[in-house]
Amino acid sequence: MMMHIDLSSVLRQTVSCELYSNLVTRPTGAAVRAQIEALLADARERSLTVIDFSHVGMIDFSCADEVVAKLLLRTTSSERGEREAYFLFRGVTDDHWDAIETVLERHRLALVLETDDGAARIVGIVGDGERAAWEKVYELGRTAPADLATALGAEESDAVEVLNTLHRRRLVMRTEEGYIAVGGIGIQHD
Amino acid sequence: MTSVITVPPSLDDHTFEQVVEQLASVPPDAKVLIDARHTRWASPYGLTALLTLGQTREERAAFHAPDAEETASYWARTGFFKYAEELFDLHGSVPRARGGESSVLLEITPVVKSEDVHEVVGRIQQKAQQILAKELNIDAKATVGFAMTLSEVCQNIVEHAGRGGWVAVQTYTWRKRLGRRVVVIAVCDAGCGFRQSLESAPGRVRSDRWDDAEALEEAVVRGVSRFRDPGRGQGLAGVRRYVGRWDGKVSVRSGTARIAIVPSWDDDVPLLEKLAPFPGSQVQVTIPERVAGGPR
Repeated sequence: MMMHIDLSSVLRQTVSCELYSNLVTRPTGAAVRAQIEALLADARERSLTVIDFSHVGMIDFSCADEVVAKLLLRTTSSERGEREAYFLFRGVTDDHWDAIETVLERHRLALVLETDDGAARIVGIVGDGERAAWEKVYELGRTAPADLATALGAEESDAVEVLNTLHRRRLVMRTEEGYIAVGGIGIQHD
Repeated sequence: MTSVITVPPSLDDHTFEQVVEQLASVPPDAKVLIDARHTRWASPYGLTALLTLGQTREERAAFHAPDAEETASYWARTGFFKYAEELFDLHGSVPRARGGESSVLLEITPVVKSEDVHEVVGRIQQKAQQILAKELNIDAKATVGFAMTLSEVCQNIVEHAGRGGWVAVQTYTWRKRLGRRVVVIAVCDAGCGFRQSLESAPGRVRSDRWDDAEALEEAVVRGVSRFRDPGRGQGLAGVRRYVGRWDGKVSVRSGTARIAIVPSWDDDVPLLEKLAPFPGSQVQVTIPERVAGGPR
């Protein structure tokens, strides 16, 4: 299941004002996150949601903590039971990045950003091994641990471990046929 | 008997201490006259702090407006008298505000609730971009950080003060210390202050030294908040980072102490203790005009 959430629309519904385009203040952030979580509540076992910042003017630290950090913290914890929620962040510009980067560092989180050309990259607190593995999975498409081990020249057990870590952090999706990088769905692979 | 509190000719964050010192021996329910007749200039901090002073009086205070027409007229354009008339019995010639003031990025604006912060940030953005880039030679990209800084300092009122306060943003040439143009954010409230806010944290253990100065150090330097949530305390840390990036200054006064992150161009004292008591928190952020070779 794939969803698209335009944060500016959620913001306008939340603060009941058409004029506001900035994600500022903690109560606003908490309300926006609650709205996102309500939308996710209907999701099935696995969902991928595009969180779209394209029409958001700016975001401050407090709001980023509520909207980005807490959303990720809650979905990477066991609170949601068997349901797996993944996020792809779209439309993030320099105007948003300072606040988002700060809260990712504070909570030692990472997320997947969609770039202007439609590609994806991971940002935040990511180890070199995790980054290399994620980029390889993104490049390869659906990837089994053995494929990753071969591609990286690593032991298969190490590949399993890093894929588990990336999955726990909701940076790759686990399917029966292998792992897929968040943001890697729909990408053409040779 | 009415106590007369004399407002200094030039009112800023430093000279406001003279006002607070005069008030220290006057009980909150005593009658006071705030005498600004001879005041010729006031910073946004001075004006917003005067309003918070009005909030602190149990007996409605009298306020004498500046005699100088130019000064009174300027104060009117900043919106000062609009709020002062709600708090003081006004005396002297109080002009009506006519037209905007180009140096005022944000006229004095009350901050009580979260929506007020949205309003403030929305109003500042476009004008800030013009001023920062054209007058202060600061990269237009800095506008977002400026708006974030404004948002976070205003949120301190909403989240911690327990009562409303005011914000004002203005540019002027700071001849005395710097000889350059600056943009100044002032956010003042007469709420519970940093010490009381931190004391309300559940299970908080106080050190032997616990006082306003330590509370300010905890909140401003170490990013401690009354909330246990690990995401808290990022606001002031972000403000410090922004101010550091643009060679600016931030000072916070609360209770009997004042802490400042002091840049090389200023000779202010980083921590002042045992000041005359004044309720709430008073924050000032100063970003100077960028000169060649300065931070980018």
